[in-house]
Amino acid sequence: MDTWLNNGFPRSLILLLTIVCVCVGGARAQAPSTCLDCHAALDPPLQVTQAQFSQDIHAQEGLTCASCHGGDPTKADMDAMSKAAGFRGKIQRNQIPELCGRCHSDGAFMRKYNPSLRTDQLAQYKTSVHGKRLVQGDTKVAVCIDCHGVHDLRPASDPRSQISPLNVAKTCSRCHSDAEYMRGYGIPTDQYANYNRSVHHEAMTVRGDLSAPTCPTCHGNHGAAPPGIDSVKNVCANCHVFQAQMYDKSTHKAAFQSASLPGCVVCHSNHDVSLPTDAKLGTGSEAVCMRCHKPGDICDQARAKMLQDLTQLDGAVKAADRVLNVAESSGMEVSEARTEQDQARDSLTKARVTIHSFKTELVEQDIQAGLKIAAKTQAEGQAALAERDRRRRGLGLSLGIILVVLLGLLLYIRQIESNSGKVGTAELHR
Amino acid sequence: MVADPNPQPKPARRRMIKILLGGGLLGSFASFIYPVLRYLVPPLVADLGGDQVIAGKTDELRPNTAKIFRFGSRPGLLIRNSDGSYRALSATCTHLGCIVQYRGDLQEIWCACHNGLYDLNGRNVSGPPPRPLEVYEVHLRGDDVVVSRKREA
Amino acid sequence: MFATLRKWIDERFDWAALTAPLRKKTVPAHDLSYWYFLGGITLFLFGIQVCTGILLLLYYRPSATEAFESVQYIMTRVQFGWLVRSIHSWAANLMIFTAFCHMFSVLFLGAYRKPRELTWISGMLLLFLAMGFGFSGYLLPWNTLAFFATKVGTEITGQVPIIGHGLKVFLRGGEDVTGATLTRFFGFHVALLPGLTVLLLLTHLALVQYFGMSVPPAVEARWKASPSEARQMKFFPNFFLRELMAWYIALGVLGALAAILPWELGTKADPFAPAPAGIRPEWYFMFMFQTLKKIPAKVWFADGDVLGILAFGVAGILWLLLPFFDQAGGRRGRRLVLGAGIFALSYIIAMTIYGYMAK
Repeated sequence: MDTWLNNGFPRSLILLLTIVCVCVGGARAQAPSTCLDCHAALDPPLQVTQAQFSQDIHAQEGLTCASCHGGDPTKADMDAMSKAAGFRGKIQRNQIPELCGRCHSDGAFMRKYNPSLRTDQLAQYKTSVHGKRLVQGDTKVAVCIDCHGVHDLRPASDPRSQISPLNVAKTCSRCHSDAEYMRGYGIPTDQYANYNRSVHHEAMTVRGDLSAPTCPTCHGNHGAAPPGIDSVKNVCANCHVFQAQMYDKSTHKAAFQSASLPGCVVCHSNHDVSLPTDAKLGTGSEAVCMRCHKPGDICDQARAKMLQDLTQLDGAVKAADRVLNVAESSGMEVSEARTEQDQARDSLTKARVTIHSFKTELVEQDIQAGLKIAAKTQAEGQAALAERDRRRRGLGLSLGIILVVLLGLLLYIRQIESNSGKVGTAELHR
Repeated sequence: MVADPNPQPKPARRRMIKILLGGGLLGSFASFIYPVLRYLVPPLVADLGGDQVIAGKTDELRPNTAKIFRFGSRPGLLIRNSDGSYRALSATCTHLGCIVQYRGDLQEIWCACHNGLYDLNGRNVSGPPPRPLEVYEVHLRGDDVVVSRKREA
Repeated sequence: MFATLRKWIDERFDWAALTAPLRKKTVPAHDLSYWYFLGGITLFLFGIQVCTGILLLLYYRPSATEAFESVQYIMTRVQFGWLVRSIHSWAANLMIFTAFCHMFSVLFLGAYRKPRELTWISGMLLLFLAMGFGFSGYLLPWNTLAFFATKVGTEITGQVPIIGHGLKVFLRGGEDVTGATLTRFFGFHVALLPGLTVLLLLTHLALVQYFGMSVPPAVEARWKASPSEARQMKFFPNFFLRELMAWYIALGVLGALAAILPWELGTKADPFAPAPAGIRPEWYFMFMFQTLKKIPAKVWFADGDVLGILAFGVAGILWLLLPFFDQAGGRRGRRLVLGAGIFALSYIIAMTIYGYMAK
């Protein structure tokens, strides 16, 4: 392709072809052009450009300005926007959900475009805090277009969309982090800042894990509302299954419920969930147990035991790692021990999950399994180091022998050459 | 002192050099031969497998159960279906690398770490996993269940 | 016992006559005699390669599915397997290094001059074969780095005009580097190249034996001026014992390298994985690799890579025919060859260092 373009294929012909292609391809998107003729040149908020609108999923599916705003785009100038032509003008905020719902709640209609798309958004929206307040006449709350955009609306699967997993938290924060805007609602405005410090945010942005939770994962999207105190655990359990199962069987569940404490959040916080460390079980600033428990009671003893177990296994795994690192850096092949070391690390992770049962004997099982593996890999590392030393001793021995041979050769050469009165070197060849 | 008019080395010295050289040469040959002889002794384990491994015995698994086996440096999951047939997949979850397990009650493959689910063809069905699990080939050879990596087309 | 054996042989063969050339052989003795050792060290290292290579064949399996594991097996399970493999890898590199040194010493000491042109040519061909050994052997452990280096290396041969594509397919055993390439390289490495090498090596040694050792021009002039200064050393035992010392030193260096810096294994090659950063060929190909990398994509009308490969091809052929330029040009020819030698040596050293520094 490259080559025949460069080899003097008539440039003008290519240009002509390109123009024809663009015109034919663009014909469909050009349909609502009489609206855009003016609106492209107007100032915001009345401005809608062709560039924006051509990106809109609705425009791409063949909807026009008139689909939402009414009017007759085939007529010129103000005739197009006459009441007679059914022109509705700017849609009032409190009418937007119903307007979108005209199509999006109609299963039969939506099936023609995307049969797998849900059609319960409007119903859900009415259950959300946003929806309830809108009915009460509060137009400051979010309606469809605040999150999805308007005129250049992209599907959630498009990474440029405001509601794609990477962008949705920022979209929510546009209102929820604005202290001025949120005044009077009596809820905090630091959720976004807190979330940005959380391990979930890190998983999303640093590791690029789009499955990591963001605002709608816990709060819902169209039915957005804070999960109730009792349902927090159910929300977390969507991903953290084992932890939830163990917590369910533990004594903490009833205790937290009776004290109206929000389950997981008590220890892990909500928006700024940080990567838990073993120090949570300690007595320092990160420690959580001793906020409620008294020093020296049976729970404090269990806490200390579990912490000690985790510390022990963590130390054993790290010690084995160190030995293997030394062995590897001195050229020994320890890839098998490395593989086993992964299992020891798995045991440690498992033990940390088992903490949520708050039963020392269950934790102890995982710890012992891990310690056994770590002891084995540590021994394998030591064996590799011993083997390395054996090799070096063998090398020393053979180098010694080589030196003896060299010395012997040197003396022997001297001997035969002095013996023969330097005949060896001085004898003339010719 | 009068210089020795005949600078012949003393016989004792000559013998010493001979012993030194001869001994050294013998010693060095021994140090070459010894590793070679040891090298020739076949090790107890016949090989390290490669892209094929015996994952288990046919009488080991009951239908609708599974086990983890070692495949190279990574774990694999050998499943015996309810109808008695076998299936083998990579056991490393494609999300964060946890080890997946077979759930007989769901007849699906489950990762406990973040509730990821795969179907029996390794396809990521729900939860965070971004990619399917690698599926291996299973053959029965006598009593052995042999798992091998699929050949590149 | 030795006497009886000697008698037994003497009754059947004329031992004295058979060994006469060896006993009569002499080596010129002067202050540059040390350079004569290099050929012998290279020969010794080749012998080590043959021995350790045969040992490796006992456990190595030449297939894409098993090659890596079998080398891992040699390194971890077979007793002293680590030693055999590390010595094989290190000796290979040392051998190519000493062969290069040998080549440049022959060049600078004028040993290629008439009547030894054929010795030079056979030696150069042996050097090319040694590099072929290195290139084919590098792939055999089937690790990531070797896999991609081979991919790049064979891709470069594909750039040669007209025959390039055919050559690439021949080397790879298909359009891509696969298990078929490994099988092929294994065949080259243990059968084709050793066969050719033995033939050429015998020729080379016979030529060396026939013409005797060359005396460097400067020494020759000095000796001509005062013939009483000319010295010769008996090859056997005097020179041979010194060579033996050199071999033992080489052995000590090899053992130390193998024990302290065992050759790495890396990770198993995955043909579907993206190419890792920092793919580089063995060091003795680095100067060519780096040159090709630095040539602009277009030089006038020609493709830069093709031009570079052609340039190296032409340079190789000219290099092979170096003795004839010397002879045809008289005194100027000698200076031309020396200049070319100094240029080539500094170019290779500079480009190699640049290649490793630049990443």
